[in-house]
Order: sequence, then structure tokens, then C-alpha cells
Amino acid sequence: MHTPSSDPRPSIYYRYEVHAPWLPVHDGEVQEHDVLVVGAGPAGLCTALELARLGVRSVVLNAELQVSQGSRAIVFTRRSMEILQQVGVAERVTASGLPWRHGNSYYRGQHVFRMEAPHDPHDRFFPMINLQQQFLEEYLLDACAANPLIDLRWGNRCAAVRQDGERAIAAIETPAGDYAIHARWLVAADGGRSGIRSGLGLPLEGDSYEGFFVIADIRVDLPLPTERRAYFDPPWNPGNTVLMHREPLGIWRIDYQLPPGESPQQALQPESLKARIDAQLAMIGHGDARWELDWSSVYSARALTLSDYVHGRVLFVGDAAHLLPIFGVRGANTGFQDAQSLAWHLAFVVRGLAGPALLSNYSRERVGAAREIIAEAGKSTRFMTPPSDGFQLLRDAVLSLSLSQDFVRPLYHWRTSRPHEYSSSRLNCPGDDDRLFDAGPADGAPPRNVRLGSDDFLLDHVGGALDLLWFGDAPTVPADVWRVIGAYRERGVPIRLTTVGMTRTVDGAERSLPDAAGAMRERYGVPASGAAYLLRPDQHVCARWMTLDAARLRAAVDHLLAAGEGSA
Amino acid sequence: MNENGVSAALDVTALEDVYDTLAAAIDSAGPQKASLFLVKLALLNAHALGDAERFREHVAIALRDA
Repeated sequence: MHTPSSDPRPSIYYRYEVHAPWLPVHDGEVQEHDVLVVGAGPAGLCTALELARLGVRSVVLNAELQVSQGSRAIVFTRRSMEILQQVGVAERVTASGLPWRHGNSYYRGQHVFRMEAPHDPHDRFFPMINLQQQFLEEYLLDACAANPLIDLRWGNRCAAVRQDGERAIAAIETPAGDYAIHARWLVAADGGRSGIRSGLGLPLEGDSYEGFFVIADIRVDLPLPTERRAYFDPPWNPGNTVLMHREPLGIWRIDYQLPPGESPQQALQPESLKARIDAQLAMIGHGDARWELDWSSVYSARALTLSDYVHGRVLFVGDAAHLLPIFGVRGANTGFQDAQSLAWHLAFVVRGLAGPALLSNYSRERVGAAREIIAEAGKSTRFMTPPSDGFQLLRDAVLSLSLSQDFVRPLYHWRTSRPHEYSSSRLNCPGDDDRLFDAGPADGAPPRNVRLGSDDFLLDHVGGALDLLWFGDAPTVPADVWRVIGAYRERGVPIRLTTVGMTRTVDGAERSLPDAAGAMRERYGVPASGAAYLLRPDQHVCARWMTLDAARLRAAVDHLLAAGEGSA
Repeated sequence: MNENGVSAALDVTALEDVYDTLAAAIDSAGPQKASLFLVKLALLNAHALGDAERFREHVAIALRDA
């Protein structure tokens, strides 16, 4: 028996809707499903939506009856928006979020560094956009509710998971009885405190840093732009760091490090929060501003990952798979990339297009991404929360020098989340022309967006299938290339053709992009007609050729599908 | 450059000048701030040196025989 609260969570800006729980018809019943997603946070919901786009049904469990408490993840990157566009919610995020591209660092009242994230005219989305996680979850949940392939179950808690080699067996508790789901595949998207991870006894590798940070969301009217603000060694919190972010609806996030020895319980006392928020507002010259607290929480900086995201029939995604430091907005933003990757790998396996070993490629690519993020995040974390006397001295020396010396100021710029390049992916085609290209995204890299019109971009049109971009100039696609595409489609392999640079629509192609100004050719490094790119369903490149023919296309697709052969 | 990888550009008079300047600056920084001062100085010198590899060599030399 599981009794989630049916009282709406408190908030001064978000109206929580309490949903009716999903209840089993019979206590103790057993259901069979292809895919069970445990957890309805951003990673779980994106996984379900991407699976559905590839034609795979799933059951999604949400232990609660409402969306998450507090704003939680508030900064979403351009790549996250490109992924959210794929699952159909980017327009709503754009409509309600606050886009930004500048970060500022302050020390002793002086503005010592200003970061400007690049924003190319060929990009649809800003480098960053701020939105409270409740809204993002609401948009994703609405998209799930509208999708007939997704069975979302509120108030269903996964109490235990065991496996018998062929399937995962989940014991599920609801407000009116318990039941079981036998799933061919179970997606563990149950968050940073994953009960499935601890139930399987899986250790995390990486680093934990000392020190706690408080997150406090307040409503306050500050005449400041949407930019990241970082205050180092402020007089009211010596030696520590304070961050501020603007959120929609007049909310500001204040994020401050606690002095050593102070417990999270002490820090969250109302008088402690009030004194510090007052001190921060006073320091930035707004001590007279009236404010109201919405939510507060405490976190510590950790950089940890599972070494494998596939354990039998259980597949880990998002925070259940890794715990990444908040600096550089790496939590949810990494989770979206995981979800997008896991969904297509899993869909190909469920649909029988590739063997289960394909899932080990998901694990290899995303564990590699997490390890790279941990290495990068370590640098920022060592600057934000120096772990030893030596790091403390160097950080303090840089702060001090930065008041007069330009050369140390870039050290304030912690690297922000970016899409991982799967440069050594097993799916990259070994016999293609990757190395002959001087420009454009290489094998394994994420795609490069291209503006095609005032409100029309390349990435509006690709993803969720294998996409062949053919830069031809002949009036028709060669007949033998067509036959190869047709043969894959007959086998159920989702593969689409987009022609680039042809003046008229080509029969059978999903679309033709005229590319009159040559932007596509330039951004993809195509010097002559006949070249082609093959994109995976997560839009990453897996092959590119200076000249494409039927045999080369078949070699690339067969190579990708063959990664599912052998043992997982 | 001599065998220790140290530039021989300073003659003895100049080296004596550096010696006195550094000693006076450490005293001026005071015992609480001497380490911070020396780290700032090292960063400035490293930037002027413009060679991370040679900086690593200098670190190794300075750690020797302490």
C-alpha cells in the first residue's frame, strides 16, 4: 500500500494539480509490458516520449500525484531545447521561459568577468533558457497524456525490482492495492536517490566534494536582466560563493555555500535563510526590496556515475545513472541527452531491428559522456569549492589577481553542459569518408543546425529515424539508392531521405531543402554534389560520404544494426 | 639556460636585487598572507613565462631538497 499526499504542494507561483491515482483492477494482478519506465521526472518522461515516437509503448510510473516540489532544475541548454523540440514541448518552454547568454562574476564588489555564450544566427534556440522544473514536467506530462502509446500511472510506487534473465519483475504499490509488472525492459528513471540502483547494490564511481549549498527561491522585484550572477568571497559569506539566477514569474534563485561545519538542518532554519538572503540583497544594493520565500533545499557537489547503465533488463537513465554537479547546469541537461539516446537504442531492440547488444552501445556512449562531464565539472567544482589548502590558495590568488589582471579572469568561466561527441562510437561507419571532410559535424558529433527560413531550421525536420541528407544535384536519386532505402523500410527500419540543394521536389523523398544560399553545404562542409550524411535517430552523425552510392549506404546501416549482434 | 633549466638572464647584481625585493615583499605581506602573495607571484611569473611545460619543470626543481 502506497499513500502519496493528495494535498497540493505549497508554492507562491505554481498551482499544483493533484491527479487521480491509477488503480489496478485486482489486488495482486500481474501485467506484462514491453517497457516499464519507473520515474516521471524529465529523464523518464523524455524517454517515454521518444520511445512512442519510434512506435514503442510504455507504462510510466509516477509515485506522486503531482509534479515536483520546488523549481529544481531551472536552466536548460540549447541542446536540451533541441531534444525537447523532438518530443514536442520546446514551443511551450520558449513561450514561458527566460532566454539568456551572459554570465557575470563579481569579487569584492567589482565585476571581474563577463562570459558571453555564442549565439549563431543558424541556431533556433538561445544558449540557455530558464524555467522552473514544475512547468517543464507539466508540459512533458501533457505530451505524454496526449500520446496513445504512453500509459502514465499517477500514485504508483515501484517498491522492488527483481530479474529472471528474460524480464524485470516490478512490485508496485498503489493507494488501493499492490500489483506486479513483468517488463521485457525496465527503465530506471527514479532520480538521484534511485531505489532501484540501491536495491541492486550498484556502486557509483567518481568524486564527492565537501560542503553544502543552499538553494532558496524568492519572489522579489529586482531590476536586473536574465544573466547568471556569481559572487565570490562576499563579505557576508567569506571564502564562499553565491549564485543568482532569474526565473519566470518574478522568482529569483539564490544559491549559497554554507560555511564548514554548518549542517543543512541549521541552514534551512527560517531565521538563517532570512539573514543570508537579506545580506545578499543588501550587498547587491537592493536591501530595501521586499521578498517572499517559495522553496528552499540543500545540495552537495557530487560527480558520480554508474560504470554501466545496463544491468540485465534494467536500464538506468538521468540522475538514477549519475549524480553531476550543479555548476555548469549538468543535471537535467545530461538527463535529456541520456533519454534521447536510450529511447532509440531501446526502440530498435524492442522492434527487433537490432539485437539486445545494441543497448551496450547506449551505456558505452553515455557513461563516456558522464565521465567527460565529471572531469570537466571537477575543474569548476575545484574552483567553486576548493577541496584542499592548495586549491584554496590558488582560488584566492586568482580572485585577488582578477581585480587588476585580465589573464586570470577566464578561470571564472566554468564550462557549461554541452552535447557529447560520440567520436569513438561503435556505430560510426568505418569505411566512410569522415576524414575527407574539412568542416561539418564529424562521425559521432551532434548535428549542426541551419537556418532555412525565418522560422524554419534543419533540426525541425530530422530526428526520430535514420535521416539520410543527400547533397545531390541530379534530378532524381539513383535508383539503386532508392532500392536500398525501400528494402530497409520493408524490414521496418525507420529511414528517411532529405535532399539538399535540388531545385525541385524529388519523388519519394520526405522533403527537399533548396539550400539556395548554400548554408547547408557550408555548415556541413560539402564541397561538391553527391555527398551525404547519415544521422542516427538522436540526430548524431554516424556516417558521411563525399560520394554516396547504394553499397556504401547499405554498409553504414548494416554496420549500425550489427552492433546489436553478440552478447549484451 | 643552465642545467637546471633556469634562465641565466639574471646577472648576480640583478639576482641580488630580486632576492631583496622578494624578501621585503614577503615581510610586507605578513605571515598570514605570505602564501597568498607567493601564489599570486607564481601565477604572474608563469603567465610571463608563457610555457606550462617549463613551469612544471620549475615546480619540480622548487620541490627538491626542501
